[in-house]
Amino acid sequence: MGPMLVLLGVLLVVAGFAVGLNPLLVVLASALATGLAAGLSPMEVLAAFGKAFNENRYVSAAWLILPVIGVLERSGLQEAARGLIARLRSVTFARLMLAYLLFRQVTAALGLISIAGQTQTIRPIIAPMAEAARASETGVEALDSSEAQKVRAFAAGTDNIGLFFGEDIFLAIGSILLMVGFLEQNGITVEPLHLSVWAIPTAIAAFLVHGCRILLFGRRRPRP
Amino acid sequence: MIGLTQVYALAGLVFAGFAVMSLRDPANPRRWRNALFWGLFALSFLAGDHLGDLGNGLLVLAMAVTAALGLGRSGTGADDAGARAASARAHGLRLFLPALLVPVIVLAGSLGVRHGGPVAAALVDPKQATLVSLSLAALVVAALTVRLFRQPVLSPLTEGLRLADTVGWMALLPQTLAALGAVFALAGVGAVVGETVTRVFSMDTRLAAVAVYCLGMAGFTVLMGNAFAAFPVMTAGVALPILVKVYGGDPAAICAIGMLSGFCGTLLTPLAANFNLAPAALLDLDDRYAVIRAQAPTALVLLLVNTVLMHVLAFPAHP
Repeated sequence: MGPMLVLLGVLLVVAGFAVGLNPLLVVLASALATGLAAGLSPMEVLAAFGKAFNENRYVSAAWLILPVIGVLERSGLQEAARGLIARLRSVTFARLMLAYLLFRQVTAALGLISIAGQTQTIRPIIAPMAEAARASETGVEALDSSEAQKVRAFAAGTDNIGLFFGEDIFLAIGSILLMVGFLEQNGITVEPLHLSVWAIPTAIAAFLVHGCRILLFGRRRPRP
Repeated sequence: MIGLTQVYALAGLVFAGFAVMSLRDPANPRRWRNALFWGLFALSFLAGDHLGDLGNGLLVLAMAVTAALGLGRSGTGADDAGARAASARAHGLRLFLPALLVPVIVLAGSLGVRHGGPVAAALVDPKQATLVSLSLAALVVAALTVRLFRQPVLSPLTEGLRLADTVGWMALLPQTLAALGAVFALAGVGAVVGETVTRVFSMDTRLAAVAVYCLGMAGFTVLMGNAFAAFPVMTAGVALPILVKVYGGDPAAICAIGMLSGFCGTLLTPLAANFNLAPAALLDLDDRYAVIRAQAPTALVLLLVNTVLMHVLAFPAHP
Protein backbone atom coordinates (compact mmCIF):
# COMPACT_ATOMS: atom_id res chain seq x y z
CA MET A 1 0.00 0.00 0.00
CA GLY A 2 2.90 2.36 0.83
CA PRO A 3 3.92 3.55 -2.65
CA MET A 4 0.27 3.75 -3.78
CA LEU A 5 -0.21 6.57 -1.27
CA VAL A 6 1.52 9.06 -3.61
CA LEU A 7 -1.46 8.63 -5.96
CA LEU A 8 -3.55 10.56 -3.45
CA GLY A 9 -2.40 13.80 -5.10
CA VAL A 10 -3.58 12.61 -8.52
CA LEU A 11 -6.98 11.67 -7.06
CA LEU A 12 -7.22 15.09 -5.39
CA VAL A 13 -6.61 16.85 -8.71
CA VAL A 14 -9.17 14.75 -10.56
CA ALA A 15 -11.81 15.20 -7.82
CA GLY A 16 -11.04 18.90 -7.32
CA PHE A 17 -11.32 19.72 -11.03
CA ALA A 18 -14.47 17.59 -11.38
CA VAL A 19 -16.21 19.33 -8.47
CA GLY A 20 -15.15 22.74 -9.79
CA LEU A 21 -13.06 24.02 -6.87
CA ASN A 22 -10.56 26.80 -7.63
CA PRO A 23 -7.87 24.95 -9.63
CA LEU A 24 -5.01 26.94 -8.05
CA LEU A 25 -5.95 25.74 -4.57
CA VAL A 26 -6.56 22.21 -5.89
CA VAL A 27 -3.05 22.17 -7.36
CA LEU A 28 -1.48 23.37 -4.11
CA ALA A 29 -3.45 20.82 -2.06
CA SER A 30 -2.43 18.05 -4.43
CA ALA A 31 1.25 19.07 -4.23
CA LEU A 32 1.03 19.04 -0.43
CA ALA A 33 -0.65 15.60 -0.31
CA THR A 34 1.81 14.13 -2.82
CA GLY A 35 4.83 15.54 -0.99
CA LEU A 36 3.62 14.39 2.44
CA ALA A 37 2.91 10.90 1.06
CA ALA A 38 6.46 10.82 -0.28
CA GLY A 39 7.78 11.62 3.20
CA LEU A 40 8.54 15.34 2.88
CA SER A 41 7.63 17.88 5.56
CA PRO A 42 5.12 20.63 4.66
CA MET A 43 7.94 23.20 4.51
CA GLU A 44 9.97 20.94 2.23
CA VAL A 45 6.98 20.53 -0.09
CA LEU A 46 6.44 24.30 -0.21
CA ALA A 47 10.14 24.83 -1.01
CA ALA A 48 10.14 22.13 -3.72
CA PHE A 49 6.99 23.65 -5.22
CA GLY A 50 8.46 27.17 -5.08
CA LYS A 51 11.68 26.02 -6.75
CA ALA A 52 9.78 24.33 -9.60
CA PHE A 53 7.47 27.33 -9.93
CA ASN A 54 10.45 29.66 -10.32
CA GLU A 55 12.10 27.36 -12.87
CA ASN A 56 8.93 27.27 -14.97
CA ARG A 57 8.46 31.03 -15.34
CA TYR A 58 8.91 30.76 -19.10
CA VAL A 59 5.41 29.23 -19.22
CA SER A 60 3.89 32.53 -18.04
CA ALA A 61 6.32 34.72 -20.02
CA ALA A 62 4.06 34.08 -23.01
CA TRP A 63 1.60 36.63 -21.52
CA LEU A 64 4.08 39.33 -22.63
CA ILE A 65 2.09 39.41 -25.86
CA LEU A 66 -1.08 40.74 -24.13
CA PRO A 67 -0.29 44.50 -24.36
CA VAL A 68 0.28 44.50 -28.12
CA ILE A 69 -2.84 42.39 -28.76
CA GLY A 70 -4.81 44.69 -26.43
CA VAL A 71 -3.79 47.87 -28.18
CA LEU A 72 -4.47 46.30 -31.60
CA GLU A 73 -7.97 45.39 -30.40
CA ARG A 74 -8.47 48.94 -29.16
CA SER A 75 -7.54 50.12 -32.65
CA GLY A 76 -10.35 47.98 -34.08
CA LEU A 77 -8.59 44.79 -35.25
CA GLN A 78 -11.49 42.48 -34.29
CA GLU A 79 -13.96 44.77 -36.09
CA ALA A 80 -11.69 44.91 -39.16
CA ALA A 81 -11.45 41.09 -39.20
CA ARG A 82 -15.24 40.81 -38.97
CA GLY A 83 -15.72 43.46 -41.67
CA LEU A 84 -13.33 41.75 -44.05
CA ILE A 85 -15.19 38.43 -43.81
CA ALA A 86 -18.58 40.12 -44.13
CA ARG A 87 -17.40 41.56 -47.47
CA LEU A 88 -15.88 38.31 -48.73
CA ARG A 89 -19.03 36.24 -49.17
CA SER A 90 -17.10 33.26 -50.54
CA VAL A 91 -15.29 32.77 -47.22
CA THR A 92 -17.63 30.47 -45.31
CA PHE A 93 -17.04 29.25 -41.76
CA ALA A 94 -15.98 25.83 -43.06
CA ARG A 95 -13.53 27.21 -45.66
CA LEU A 96 -11.99 29.58 -43.11
CA MET A 97 -11.51 26.86 -40.51
CA LEU A 98 -10.19 24.31 -43.04
CA ALA A 99 -7.69 26.86 -44.35
CA TYR A 100 -6.57 27.74 -40.83
CA LEU A 101 -6.23 24.07 -39.83
CA LEU A 102 -4.09 23.38 -42.90
CA PHE A 103 -2.00 26.54 -42.32
CA ARG A 104 -1.39 25.61 -38.67
CA GLN A 105 -0.46 21.99 -39.47
CA VAL A 106 1.88 22.89 -42.34
CA THR A 107 3.66 25.73 -40.53
CA ALA A 108 4.01 23.62 -37.37
CA ALA A 109 5.46 20.81 -39.48
CA LEU A 110 8.07 23.32 -40.65
CA GLY A 111 8.88 24.15 -37.02
CA LEU A 112 7.05 27.51 -37.06
CA ILE A 113 4.97 26.85 -33.96
CA SER A 114 5.20 30.38 -32.51
CA ILE A 115 3.92 32.32 -35.50
CA ALA A 116 0.29 31.76 -34.50
CA GLY A 117 -1.58 30.88 -31.34
CA GLN A 118 -4.57 31.42 -29.09
CA THR A 119 -3.59 34.90 -27.87
CA GLN A 120 -1.98 36.29 -30.98
CA THR A 121 -4.21 34.80 -33.70
CA ILE A 122 -7.41 33.18 -32.43
CA ARG A 123 -8.68 35.91 -30.10
CA PRO A 124 -7.99 39.02 -32.21
CA ILE A 125 -8.42 37.66 -35.77
CA ILE A 126 -9.65 34.10 -36.40
CA ALA A 127 -12.46 33.94 -33.80
CA PRO A 128 -14.06 37.23 -34.96
CA MET A 129 -13.70 36.10 -38.59
CA ALA A 130 -15.31 32.73 -37.80
CA GLU A 131 -18.18 34.47 -35.99
CA ALA A 132 -18.72 36.85 -38.90
CA ALA A 133 -18.66 34.03 -41.47
CA ARG A 134 -21.11 31.99 -39.40
CA ALA A 135 -23.39 35.01 -38.96
CA SER A 136 -23.53 35.83 -42.65
CA GLU A 137 -24.12 32.23 -43.76
CA THR A 138 -26.93 31.76 -41.26
CA GLY A 139 -28.42 35.10 -42.25
CA VAL A 140 -28.24 36.95 -38.96
CA GLU A 141 -26.74 40.33 -38.07
CA ALA A 142 -24.86 38.93 -35.07
CA LEU A 143 -24.77 35.46 -33.54
CA ASP A 144 -26.56 34.90 -30.25
CA SER A 145 -24.26 34.39 -27.30
CA SER A 146 -24.49 30.61 -27.12
CA GLU A 147 -23.74 30.11 -30.83
CA ALA A 148 -20.92 32.70 -30.68
CA GLN A 149 -19.34 30.83 -27.78
CA LYS A 150 -19.57 27.52 -29.65
CA VAL A 151 -17.86 29.08 -32.68
CA ARG A 152 -15.06 30.59 -30.56
CA ALA A 153 -14.45 27.34 -28.68
CA PHE A 154 -14.33 25.45 -31.98
CA ALA A 155 -11.79 27.94 -33.39
CA ALA A 156 -9.62 27.55 -30.28
CA GLY A 157 -9.79 23.75 -30.54
CA THR A 158 -8.85 23.90 -34.22
CA ASP A 159 -5.68 25.83 -33.33
CA ASN A 160 -4.63 23.19 -30.77
CA ILE A 161 -5.39 20.28 -33.10
CA GLY A 162 -3.47 21.85 -35.99
CA LEU A 163 -0.51 22.54 -33.73
CA PHE A 164 -0.37 19.13 -32.02
CA PHE A 165 -0.70 17.08 -35.20
CA GLY A 166 1.73 19.17 -37.22
CA GLU A 167 4.65 19.87 -34.90
CA ASP A 168 5.87 16.27 -34.56
CA ILE A 169 6.72 16.20 -38.27
CA PHE A 170 9.42 18.78 -37.52
CA LEU A 171 12.77 17.21 -36.64
CA ALA A 172 13.92 19.52 -33.88
CA ILE A 173 10.73 19.82 -31.83
CA GLY A 174 10.86 19.08 -28.11
CA SER A 175 8.91 15.81 -28.20
CA ILE A 176 11.12 14.33 -30.96
CA LEU A 177 14.27 15.25 -29.02
CA LEU A 178 12.75 13.69 -25.88
CA MET A 179 12.07 10.42 -27.73
CA VAL A 180 15.56 10.30 -29.28
CA GLY A 181 17.16 10.91 -25.89
CA PHE A 182 14.97 8.38 -24.10
CA LEU A 183 15.58 5.63 -26.66
CA GLU A 184 19.32 6.33 -26.56
CA GLN A 185 19.33 5.83 -22.78
CA ASN A 186 17.72 2.45 -23.42
CA GLY A 187 20.33 1.44 -25.95
CA ILE A 188 18.27 2.08 -29.10
CA THR A 189 19.60 4.55 -31.67
CA VAL A 190 17.02 6.19 -33.94
CA GLU A 191 17.36 9.19 -36.22
CA PRO A 192 14.94 12.09 -35.58
CA LEU A 193 13.84 11.69 -39.21
CA HIS A 194 12.60 8.14 -38.52
CA LEU A 195 10.41 9.40 -35.71
CA SER A 196 9.07 12.38 -37.60
CA VAL A 197 8.00 10.41 -40.72
CA TRP A 198 5.81 8.27 -38.46
CA ALA A 199 3.95 11.44 -37.43
CA ILE A 200 2.74 11.94 -41.01
CA PRO A 201 -0.06 9.30 -41.11
CA THR A 202 -1.63 10.69 -37.93
CA ALA A 203 -1.27 14.25 -39.25
CA ILE A 204 -3.21 13.31 -42.38
CA ALA A 205 -5.83 11.51 -40.28
CA ALA A 206 -6.14 14.58 -38.05
CA PHE A 207 -6.81 16.81 -41.06
CA LEU A 208 -9.44 14.39 -42.40
CA VAL A 209 -11.19 13.80 -39.06
CA HIS A 210 -11.22 17.40 -37.88
CA GLY A 211 -11.94 18.58 -41.43
CA CYS A 212 -15.12 16.44 -41.46
CA ARG A 213 -16.12 17.93 -38.12
CA ILE A 214 -15.56 21.44 -39.51
CA LEU A 215 -17.82 20.66 -42.49
CA LEU A 216 -20.49 19.20 -40.18
CA PHE A 217 -20.29 22.22 -37.87
CA GLY A 218 -20.69 24.52 -40.89
CA ARG A 219 -23.76 22.63 -42.13
CA ARG A 220 -25.45 22.64 -38.73
CA ARG A 221 -28.55 24.85 -38.73
CA PRO A 222 -28.63 26.99 -35.60
CA ARG A 223 -31.83 26.60 -33.60
CA PRO A 224 -34.28 29.36 -34.56
CA MET B 1 23.97 38.03 -24.17
CA ILE B 2 20.20 38.47 -24.36
CA GLY B 3 18.36 35.49 -22.91
CA LEU B 4 15.82 34.49 -20.30
CA THR B 5 17.05 37.10 -17.79
CA GLN B 6 16.11 40.00 -20.07
CA VAL B 7 12.81 38.39 -21.13
CA TYR B 8 11.87 37.86 -17.47
CA ALA B 9 12.82 41.45 -16.63
CA LEU B 10 10.56 42.73 -19.42
CA ALA B 11 7.70 40.45 -18.34
CA GLY B 12 8.21 41.63 -14.74
CA LEU B 13 7.94 45.26 -15.84
CA VAL B 14 4.77 44.53 -17.82
CA PHE B 15 3.18 42.77 -14.82
CA ALA B 16 4.30 45.65 -12.57
CA GLY B 17 2.60 47.99 -15.03
CA PHE B 18 -0.59 45.91 -14.73
CA ALA B 19 -0.37 46.25 -10.92
CA VAL B 20 -0.01 50.05 -11.08
CA MET B 21 -2.82 50.37 -13.64
CA SER B 22 -5.05 48.19 -11.42
CA LEU B 23 -4.47 50.54 -8.48
CA ARG B 24 -5.39 53.58 -10.56
CA ASP B 25 -8.63 51.99 -11.67
CA PRO B 26 -11.57 53.32 -9.63
CA ALA B 27 -14.03 51.28 -11.76
CA ASN B 28 -12.66 48.02 -10.33
CA PRO B 29 -14.03 47.48 -6.81
CA ARG B 30 -11.39 44.82 -6.17
CA ARG B 31 -8.47 46.90 -7.43
CA TRP B 32 -6.32 46.21 -4.36
CA ARG B 33 -6.55 42.48 -4.84
CA ASN B 34 -5.80 42.74 -8.56
CA ALA B 35 -2.84 45.00 -7.83
CA LEU B 36 -1.53 42.49 -5.28
CA PHE B 37 -1.95 39.56 -7.71
CA TRP B 38 -0.15 41.25 -10.63
CA GLY B 39 2.37 42.80 -8.25
CA LEU B 40 3.34 39.37 -6.91
CA PHE B 41 3.58 38.11 -10.51
CA ALA B 42 5.97 41.01 -11.18
CA LEU B 43 7.99 40.20 -8.07
CA SER B 44 8.39 36.60 -9.22
CA PHE B 45 9.71 37.66 -12.62
CA LEU B 46 11.95 40.48 -11.36
CA ALA B 47 13.37 38.83 -8.24
CA GLY B 48 12.39 35.14 -8.30
CA ASP B 49 16.01 33.98 -8.34
CA HIS B 50 16.77 35.90 -5.13
CA LEU B 51 13.74 34.80 -3.10
CA GLY B 52 14.95 31.30 -2.29
CA ASP B 53 12.89 28.13 -2.72
CA LEU B 54 10.73 28.65 0.36
CA GLY B 55 10.28 32.34 -0.55
CA ASN B 56 9.00 31.34 -3.99
CA GLY B 57 6.70 28.77 -2.39
CA LEU B 58 5.21 31.42 -0.09
CA LEU B 59 4.83 33.73 -3.10
CA VAL B 60 2.76 31.14 -5.03
CA LEU B 61 0.70 30.50 -1.92
CA ALA B 62 -0.03 34.23 -1.53
CA MET B 63 -0.95 34.52 -5.23
CA ALA B 64 -3.26 31.49 -5.08
CA VAL B 65 -5.04 32.75 -1.96
CA THR B 66 -5.45 36.24 -3.45
CA ALA B 67 -6.86 34.71 -6.63
CA ALA B 68 -9.18 32.36 -4.76
CA LEU B 69 -10.67 35.30 -2.83
CA GLY B 70 -11.80 36.58 -6.23
CA LEU B 71 -10.28 39.14 -8.59
CA GLY B 72 -12.10 42.00 -10.27
CA ARG B 73 -11.94 43.18 -13.85
CA SER B 74 -10.22 46.30 -15.12
CA GLY B 75 -12.58 49.05 -16.19
CA THR B 76 -10.05 51.43 -17.74
CA GLY B 77 -9.58 49.57 -21.01
CA ALA B 78 -11.53 50.81 -24.00
CA ASP B 79 -14.72 48.83 -24.08
CA ASP B 80 -16.05 51.53 -26.38
CA ALA B 81 -17.42 49.59 -29.35
CA GLY B 82 -18.23 52.79 -31.23
CA ALA B 83 -14.65 54.07 -31.09
CA ARG B 84 -13.27 50.69 -32.16
CA ALA B 85 -15.65 50.47 -35.12
CA ALA B 86 -14.75 54.02 -36.18
CA SER B 87 -11.04 53.20 -35.95
CA ALA B 88 -11.62 50.00 -37.95
CA ARG B 89 -13.40 52.00 -40.68
CA ALA B 90 -10.67 54.65 -40.72
CA HIS B 91 -7.72 52.28 -40.91
CA GLY B 92 -9.26 49.27 -42.69
CA LEU B 93 -6.87 46.57 -43.79
CA ARG B 94 -3.86 48.50 -42.47
CA LEU B 95 -4.84 47.15 -39.03
CA PHE B 96 -3.64 43.71 -40.09
CA LEU B 97 -0.09 44.90 -40.82
CA PRO B 98 1.12 45.12 -37.21
CA ALA B 99 -0.71 41.88 -36.42
CA LEU B 100 1.21 40.16 -39.22
CA LEU B 101 4.45 41.84 -38.20
CA VAL B 102 4.44 39.88 -34.90
CA PRO B 103 4.93 36.45 -36.56
CA VAL B 104 7.34 37.96 -39.11
CA ILE B 105 9.61 39.28 -36.34
CA VAL B 106 9.36 36.01 -34.40
CA LEU B 107 10.27 34.06 -37.54
CA ALA B 108 13.10 36.37 -38.63
CA GLY B 109 14.47 36.52 -35.09
CA SER B 110 14.55 32.79 -34.47
CA LEU B 111 15.91 31.93 -37.92
CA GLY B 112 18.42 34.80 -37.71
CA VAL B 113 19.82 33.59 -34.40
CA ARG B 114 19.91 29.95 -35.52
CA HIS B 115 21.62 30.62 -38.85
CA GLY B 116 23.25 33.98 -38.16
CA GLY B 117 26.66 32.59 -37.26
CA PRO B 118 28.75 33.38 -34.18
CA VAL B 119 27.81 37.08 -33.98
CA ALA B 120 24.07 36.38 -33.65
CA ALA B 121 24.79 33.51 -31.27
CA ALA B 122 26.86 35.81 -29.07
CA LEU B 123 24.11 38.44 -29.04
CA VAL B 124 21.13 36.18 -28.29
CA ASP B 125 21.02 32.88 -26.39
CA PRO B 126 20.21 30.40 -29.20
CA LYS B 127 18.14 28.21 -26.85
CA GLN B 128 15.83 31.14 -26.08
CA ALA B 129 15.73 32.61 -29.61
CA THR B 130 11.95 32.20 -29.99
CA LEU B 131 11.05 33.73 -26.63
CA VAL B 132 13.49 36.62 -27.14
CA SER B 133 12.06 37.27 -30.62
CA LEU B 134 8.51 37.15 -29.25
CA SER B 135 9.41 39.73 -26.58
CA LEU B 136 11.06 41.96 -29.16
CA ALA B 137 7.99 41.65 -31.40
CA ALA B 138 5.71 42.52 -28.48
CA LEU B 139 7.72 45.69 -27.74
CA VAL B 140 8.26 46.90 -31.31
CA VAL B 141 4.75 46.20 -32.58
CA ALA B 142 3.09 47.76 -29.50
CA ALA B 143 5.08 50.97 -30.06
CA LEU B 144 4.32 50.90 -33.78
CA THR B 145 0.59 50.37 -33.20
CA VAL B 146 0.41 53.27 -30.75
CA ARG B 147 2.07 55.52 -33.34
CA LEU B 148 0.27 54.33 -36.47
CA PHE B 149 -3.23 54.45 -35.02
CA ARG B 150 -2.66 57.38 -32.63
CA GLN B 151 -3.45 55.49 -29.44
CA PRO B 152 -2.63 56.85 -25.95
CA VAL B 153 0.94 56.11 -24.87
CA LEU B 154 -0.20 54.04 -21.89
CA SER B 155 -2.79 52.11 -23.89
CA PRO B 156 -0.64 48.96 -24.28
CA LEU B 157 -0.68 48.66 -20.48
CA THR B 158 -4.35 49.52 -19.94
CA GLU B 159 -5.43 47.28 -22.84
CA GLY B 160 -3.03 44.54 -21.81
CA LEU B 161 -4.54 44.70 -18.33
CA ARG B 162 -8.04 44.45 -19.84
CA LEU B 163 -7.04 41.17 -21.51
CA ALA B 164 -5.06 39.97 -18.48
CA ASP B 165 -8.09 40.53 -16.25
CA THR B 166 -10.21 38.61 -18.76
CA VAL B 167 -7.88 35.66 -18.22
CA GLY B 168 -7.62 36.48 -14.50
CA TRP B 169 -6.13 33.90 -12.13
CA MET B 170 -6.16 31.40 -14.98
CA ALA B 171 -2.99 33.18 -16.15
CA LEU B 172 -1.15 31.57 -13.25
CA LEU B 173 -2.52 28.03 -13.64
CA PRO B 174 -0.24 26.67 -16.41
CA GLN B 175 2.91 27.57 -14.46
CA THR B 176 1.54 26.11 -11.19
CA LEU B 177 0.61 22.90 -13.02
CA ALA B 178 4.15 22.68 -14.37
CA ALA B 179 5.39 22.99 -10.78
CA LEU B 180 2.93 20.28 -9.68
CA GLY B 181 4.40 18.04 -12.37
CA ALA B 182 7.82 18.54 -10.78
CA VAL B 183 6.47 17.54 -7.34
CA PHE B 184 4.82 14.47 -8.92
CA ALA B 185 8.18 13.53 -10.45
CA LEU B 186 9.94 14.04 -7.12
CA ALA B 187 7.47 11.71 -5.38
CA GLY B 188 7.68 9.07 -8.13
CA VAL B 189 3.99 9.28 -9.05
CA GLY B 190 4.68 8.34 -12.67
CA ALA B 191 6.37 5.06 -11.80
CA VAL B 192 3.50 4.02 -9.52
CA VAL B 193 0.88 4.79 -12.18
CA GLY B 194 2.93 2.95 -14.82
CA GLU B 195 3.33 -0.13 -12.60
CA THR B 196 -0.39 -0.17 -11.86
CA VAL B 197 -1.27 0.01 -15.56
CA THR B 198 1.07 -2.83 -16.53
CA ARG B 199 -0.08 -4.98 -13.61
CA VAL B 200 -3.81 -4.50 -14.10
CA PHE B 201 -4.11 -5.02 -17.88
CA SER B 202 -3.24 -8.27 -19.59
CA MET B 203 -1.19 -8.03 -22.77
CA ASP B 204 -1.45 -11.56 -24.14
CA THR B 205 -1.99 -10.47 -27.72
CA ARG B 206 -0.22 -7.86 -29.79
CA LEU B 207 -3.43 -5.89 -30.29
CA ALA B 208 -4.06 -5.85 -26.53
CA ALA B 209 -0.54 -4.61 -25.87
CA VAL B 210 -0.83 -1.91 -28.55
CA ALA B 211 -4.16 -0.80 -27.09
CA VAL B 212 -2.75 -0.69 -23.54
CA TYR B 213 0.17 1.46 -24.73
CA CYS B 214 -1.89 3.92 -26.83
CA LEU B 215 -4.80 4.23 -24.39
CA GLY B 216 -2.33 4.27 -21.49
CA MET B 217 -0.37 7.14 -23.04
CA ALA B 218 -3.63 9.10 -23.48
CA GLY B 219 -5.03 8.24 -20.04
CA PHE B 220 -1.75 8.91 -18.26
CA THR B 221 -1.49 12.26 -20.08
CA VAL B 222 -5.02 13.16 -18.94
CA LEU B 223 -3.95 12.52 -15.32
CA MET B 224 -0.54 14.23 -15.53
CA GLY B 225 -1.52 17.02 -17.97
CA ASN B 226 1.51 16.40 -20.13
CA ALA B 227 2.42 13.73 -22.68
CA PHE B 228 6.11 14.28 -21.92
CA ALA B 229 5.54 13.01 -18.36
CA ALA B 230 3.65 9.96 -19.58
CA PHE B 231 6.07 8.97 -22.34
CA PRO B 232 9.10 7.70 -20.37
CA VAL B 233 6.93 5.73 -17.93
CA MET B 234 4.63 4.05 -20.47
CA THR B 235 7.41 3.43 -22.97
CA ALA B 236 9.72 1.85 -20.39
CA GLY B 237 6.79 -0.10 -18.90
CA VAL B 238 4.94 -1.34 -22.00
CA ALA B 239 6.46 -0.29 -25.33
CA LEU B 240 10.08 -1.45 -24.99
CA PRO B 241 9.67 -4.69 -22.99
CA ILE B 242 6.52 -5.94 -24.74
CA LEU B 243 5.88 -4.24 -28.09
CA VAL B 244 9.54 -4.13 -29.14
CA LYS B 245 11.12 -7.13 -27.34
CA VAL B 246 8.24 -9.64 -27.38
CA TYR B 247 6.39 -8.67 -30.57
CA GLY B 248 9.36 -7.29 -32.56
CA GLY B 249 7.91 -3.84 -33.27
CA ASP B 250 9.82 -0.91 -34.82
CA PRO B 251 10.76 1.36 -31.88
CA ALA B 252 10.64 4.56 -34.00
CA ALA B 253 7.09 3.97 -35.25
CA ILE B 254 5.88 2.80 -31.83
CA CYS B 255 7.31 5.80 -29.96
CA ALA B 256 6.18 8.37 -32.53
CA ILE B 257 2.59 7.09 -32.67
CA GLY B 258 2.59 6.57 -28.89
CA MET B 259 3.55 10.21 -28.32
CA LEU B 260 0.74 11.31 -30.66
CA SER B 261 -1.68 9.16 -28.63
CA GLY B 262 -0.50 11.15 -25.63
CA PHE B 263 -1.33 14.36 -27.52
CA CYS B 264 -4.92 13.07 -27.86
CA GLY B 265 -4.94 12.98 -24.05
CA THR B 266 -3.60 16.55 -23.92
CA LEU B 267 -6.65 17.70 -25.90
CA LEU B 268 -8.94 16.10 -23.29
CA THR B 269 -7.49 17.26 -19.97
CA PRO B 270 -8.05 20.42 -17.93
CA LEU B 271 -4.53 19.87 -16.55
CA ALA B 272 -3.15 21.08 -19.90
CA ALA B 273 -4.39 24.50 -18.84
CA ASN B 274 -2.38 26.62 -21.25
CA PHE B 275 -3.97 24.87 -24.25
CA ASN B 276 -7.43 24.11 -22.91
CA LEU B 277 -8.49 26.38 -20.03
CA ALA B 278 -6.60 29.64 -20.62
CA PRO B 279 -8.06 30.04 -24.15
CA ALA B 280 -11.57 29.51 -22.76
CA ALA B 281 -10.94 32.38 -20.33
CA LEU B 282 -9.30 34.52 -23.00
CA LEU B 283 -12.29 34.03 -25.34
CA ASP B 284 -14.75 34.89 -22.56
CA LEU B 285 -16.49 31.50 -22.65
CA ASP B 286 -18.96 30.77 -19.83
CA ASP B 287 -18.05 27.08 -19.78
CA ARG B 288 -14.49 26.59 -18.53
CA TYR B 289 -14.36 23.26 -20.39
CA ALA B 290 -15.87 24.50 -23.69
CA VAL B 291 -12.59 24.13 -25.62
CA ILE B 292 -12.11 20.57 -24.34
CA ARG B 293 -15.68 19.73 -25.37
CA ALA B 294 -14.98 21.14 -28.85
CA GLN B 295 -11.82 19.02 -29.15
CA ALA B 296 -13.03 15.78 -27.58
CA PRO B 297 -14.66 14.06 -30.62
CA THR B 298 -11.57 14.67 -32.78
CA ALA B 299 -9.25 13.52 -29.99
CA LEU B 300 -11.17 10.29 -29.34
CA VAL B 301 -11.40 9.32 -33.03
CA LEU B 302 -7.68 10.08 -33.50
CA LEU B 303 -6.83 7.94 -30.48
CA LEU B 304 -8.59 5.02 -32.14
CA VAL B 305 -6.86 5.84 -35.46
CA ASN B 306 -3.46 5.87 -33.70
CA THR B 307 -4.10 2.47 -32.13
CA VAL B 308 -5.01 0.98 -35.52
CA LEU B 309 -2.07 2.72 -37.25
CA MET B 310 0.39 1.33 -34.72
CA HIS B 311 -1.05 -2.17 -34.98
CA VAL B 312 -0.84 -2.09 -38.78
CA LEU B 313 2.35 -0.09 -39.44
CA ALA B 314 4.73 -0.75 -36.56
CA PHE B 315 5.28 -4.49 -36.97
CA PRO B 316 6.81 -4.97 -40.43
CA ALA B 317 8.38 -8.37 -39.65
CA HIS B 318 5.18 -9.99 -38.35
CA PRO B 319 2.27 -8.71 -40.39
